[in-house]
Amino acid sequence: MMKKVEAIIKPFKLDDVKEALNAIGIQGMTVSEVKGYGRQKGHKEVYRGAEYVVDFIPKIKIEIVVAENQLDPVVAKIREAAYTGKIGDGKIFVTPVEQAVRVRTGETGTDAI
Amino acid sequence: MKLRWWSVMGMGWLWPVSTAWAAEAALNSGDTAWMIMSTALVMMMTPAGLALFYGGMSRYKNLLNTLAMTFAAYCLTSVIWVLWGYSLAFGPDQGGLIGGLNYFFFSGITPTRLEGTIPTNVFALFQMTFACITVALVLGSIVDRMKFSAWLLFTVLWVTFIYCPIAHWVWGKGWMARMGALDFAGGTVVHINAGVAGLVLALVLGRRIGYGKEAMFPSSIALTALGAALLWFGWFGFNAGSALAADGLAGSAFLATNTSAAAAALAWMFTEWLVNQKPTVLGIASGVVAGLVAITPAAGFVGMGASLIIGVAAGVLGFFSVARLKRKLGYDDSLDAFGVHGMCGTLGALATGLFADPAVNSGGTGLFFGHAQQLLIQLISVLATAAFTASGTLVLVYVTKALAGGLRVDEEKEVVGLDSSLHGERAFEIE
Repeated sequence: MMKKVEAIIKPFKLDDVKEALNAIGIQGMTVSEVKGYGRQKGHKEVYRGAEYVVDFIPKIKIEIVVAENQLDPVVAKIREAAYTGKIGDGKIFVTPVEQAVRVRTGETGTDAI
Repeated sequence: MKLRWWSVMGMGWLWPVSTAWAAEAALNSGDTAWMIMSTALVMMMTPAGLALFYGGMSRYKNLLNTLAMTFAAYCLTSVIWVLWGYSLAFGPDQGGLIGGLNYFFFSGITPTRLEGTIPTNVFALFQMTFACITVALVLGSIVDRMKFSAWLLFTVLWVTFIYCPIAHWVWGKGWMARMGALDFAGGTVVHINAGVAGLVLALVLGRRIGYGKEAMFPSSIALTALGAALLWFGWFGFNAGSALAADGLAGSAFLATNTSAAAAALAWMFTEWLVNQKPTVLGIASGVVAGLVAITPAAGFVGMGASLIIGVAAGVLGFFSVARLKRKLGYDDSLDAFGVHGMCGTLGALATGLFADPAVNSGGTGLFFGHAQQLLIQLISVLATAAFTASGTLVLVYVTKALAGGLRVDEEKEVVGLDSSLHGERAFEIE
């Protein structure tokens, strides 16, 4: 069985997370720049006395598909590397994945990831 | 030297002094060189300084429209000025109210003709740059929503029927000059005039869609800061050039101008820091302009100490005008032409009546130097300018509305942005 790990992290933590995952043998990931908010909420900007609340904060989303037996160390490593202890560190979501196919060779399942 | 004092006193009421000295007047090449340079400096204030200052504050989708309105204001006024504007403002006085049409199409303004110690054509061009920036200042109140065609029409009408008469009253030996009103470089003529006109135009146009509800971010504070710096640089031509000579008075005006701008920037910055917890770059840039505006009428009349006081007062007043007064009254003066130019221009005009020092310029004595009546004269000039501009602009706004078939772009164009819907362009391509 395979699992997809989606992690929303602070942008400046991306390199740390990537290196931590490389160190435990994770060989690929998909990264996107996203915006959103959770408990951190937005921030306030004031222009000549006019206050604007910026709701959505820039974050990085990492997507990785792993074999089930790798799941726990991957989640642990991401959490460790992305941690600052301050509000806004992000979240990690895990979902089941039914199938994976490598386009070039046609390999399927865990062989394809 | 005696000539100098008169030429200093009011950029234009040289002629009533007497023809006795006029016959002796000779061209001074130092003065002429400085005035040609000053003219170029003030020119830069409009399509570079003001365009960037305002453009950076308008939303990203309206940045080019703001530049277009500023450029068009400069170009139109340049043409109007040489056709009839100069004549209306500086032609032979007609009852203290307006100049005659003797210089229509610049007729009679030959290269050998002198105004004091400089060629009349240089004087006329220097004055032209003032007319250009004054009408361009107005657009700060109405960016993001006005039809371009309506703006062009308004510019033509406003320069002709509002700017030219007021410039005549103050600098063209009209009634305000005779009353003894002191306005060295344009507190009433330029700043109160533009600020009040902007407010009237903003009130008739109405607020922008979403004003007060949605965030309206400036497109680039960096552009605004650069614009403020260019305005500051050009303002040395504006104020020191208004001495109409390369002399100690020009130096004194330069000193007052720079000191006031710097003091106002610091005052705005610290006030904002205290009130809103952050010293913003927009606040520093706005403070610079507030200080420059306030010192404009006073530049050639007050000493260094007074320029510091005027600057600090302008920084604090400017901040509260745009951050508090505007919100309380609820009008959408988008880039604060009234809050900065109207309010700080008034401050400067009144302060001139307090601080004018005869040791700086024998042509002006304020309340603190024993001439209490000067403050009253200044107050009358402020009120008369505001009243004439407010009522005259209101009439012209409705004339413009009728001629242009409306003042405002339709809702869809406003939401999409004027750069794309009116000009078919965009300011940035960012991937």
